[in-house]
Amino acid sequence: MKRALRFVIFYACLFGLWVLLAELKIWPPYLFPTPWGVWEELYGGFKDHTYWIAIAVSMKRVLIGYSISVLLGMILGLGVSSSRFLEETLGGLLVSLQSLPSICWWPLALLWFGLSQNAILFVVVMGSLLSVTLAMDDGRKQMPKIFGQAGRNLGAKGFKLFWYVLLPASLPFIVSGLKQGWAFAWRSLIAAEMLYLSLGLGQVLMMARDFSNMSAVVAVMILIIALGYIVDGVIFRSMERHLQNKWGLTSAT
Amino acid sequence: MSANAQNLPAQFPLPVTPSRSGNPGAKIAPASIGRPAQPGVSKVGLSDICLSYRTQRGERLLALDHINLQVKAGEFLCIVGPSGCGKSTLLHLIAGLHNQTSGQVLIDGKPVAGPGTDRIMIFQEHGLFPWLSVAENVGFGMKMKGIARAEREERVRYYLRLVHLGKFEKSYIHQLSGGMRQRVAIARALATEPDVLLMDEPFAALDAQTRDLLHDELERIWSETGRTIIFVTHNVREAIRLGDRIVLLTFRPGRVKRNFAVELPRPRHLEDPNVAQVAGEILADLREEINRSLEAEYNEGVKPKIDPNANEESRA
Repeated sequence: MKRALRFVIFYACLFGLWVLLAELKIWPPYLFPTPWGVWEELYGGFKDHTYWIAIAVSMKRVLIGYSISVLLGMILGLGVSSSRFLEETLGGLLVSLQSLPSICWWPLALLWFGLSQNAILFVVVMGSLLSVTLAMDDGRKQMPKIFGQAGRNLGAKGFKLFWYVLLPASLPFIVSGLKQGWAFAWRSLIAAEMLYLSLGLGQVLMMARDFSNMSAVVAVMILIIALGYIVDGVIFRSMERHLQNKWGLTSAT
Repeated sequence: MSANAQNLPAQFPLPVTPSRSGNPGAKIAPASIGRPAQPGVSKVGLSDICLSYRTQRGERLLALDHINLQVKAGEFLCIVGPSGCGKSTLLHLIAGLHNQTSGQVLIDGKPVAGPGTDRIMIFQEHGLFPWLSVAENVGFGMKMKGIARAEREERVRYYLRLVHLGKFEKSYIHQLSGGMRQRVAIARALATEPDVLLMDEPFAALDAQTRDLLHDELERIWSETGRTIIFVTHNVREAIRLGDRIVLLTFRPGRVKRNFAVELPRPRHLEDPNVAQVAGEILADLREEINRSLEAEYNEGVKPKIDPNANEESRA
């Protein structure tokens, strides 16, 4: 109850500040959009289906890109964590690559894949693959060794050992990495969409900029934040909660 | 044993009425009872087992030195020794979770390499899977073997009743007490119907009353199922309480120092003066090894760690 109250008070204050600054008219509305302007844009955008289409297109892309990342990242992470050679070579490279914003791949992606959806997907994968790989590697290392021993002892080997023992045993340790990978995938997607006529949210945002419609820019920004937050809050939170219940880890909230 | 059943401490959660004679799941007899073993061949044979490893400082250290040991089918063997003598490591070798430097582990006279479900280990930290329910844990080995679901479920029920946890099928591991977890671990090990149970200080982390109860349970399960048990402990009284025979290992390198046959009638009790007397004899021998281990610890400042998992990653 108290928590909900704090939540309401904080956002009411934030909104109040926005209204106040907008009403004071310190800056013209094309520099500092008003809440009503943003609301109208949101309403209109959903009404003429622009936003619905943009959301559907962007979500589809991020889902494809993120799935590829998770699959590849798990294989790579498993490789890195089970071979000292790979860890010392590939592992180091992956860590250093992490300092590169994935949008830097855009020029190369354009040359390799052409001006197409695949170029966007490539940037999304490059954005989240590293987090997933490093999380998987880290998870395998943090996972108590006894699970692997017990599994092998009970007759699990090869793929069965991975699928039934090592993967579920390391899940609590990789879930935060999966979450981070999702956040990177989402950011990379929006960045790439802003550079290309793509129908996605990124392009809708750039179009608003081109028309100097700052209310629409803020409206799309709100959409991007909301979607990222919903996936994080609904999918990953419930996954974490599920794991915490099963493992008996005390929940932080 | 039935005397103990009536004197259960009230706080211990026993889900099934402790009538140990009437066995509700008796229709499924464990498969390996009376499995014909070749006459004259021991169930488990260790021949000239040596294990050396490299310490962090780069020195080669001999952990186990020419261990020779024969364990008869159905025997309850206890291995005692000071910490660091390599008794747990020896169990890992028998389980095939780690490779010896030289020598052979023989089951029914045949050398084995790698893990096999004929030898199941029960760990001190139980090693149960927290992401699976109790029933799924117990059925795990059978699932790996590809046994059909219906039979698996029936056998899971049987073994959970055997350890008096029939009502906890759907619970998760963290919801159980330490003693219950070890009983699940025992059920999980038995469910794959191994010939040999390898127990690595399974009760060391439990409180005294729970341990007493589990001694009773283990003895009963052992006599009902006829399994061969190799039980590692640093607790001499526990070894005498349970074992037919006790093997004492020396401190670094681990060698077989002495074999004691325990001929006290069963069931034995930890407080029994006869147990105390035998314990006194063994402890006199053990004391010497413990002193050596303490001396080594003081002199070196740091105890070199025997790490049976050193190669875990590359072999997993």
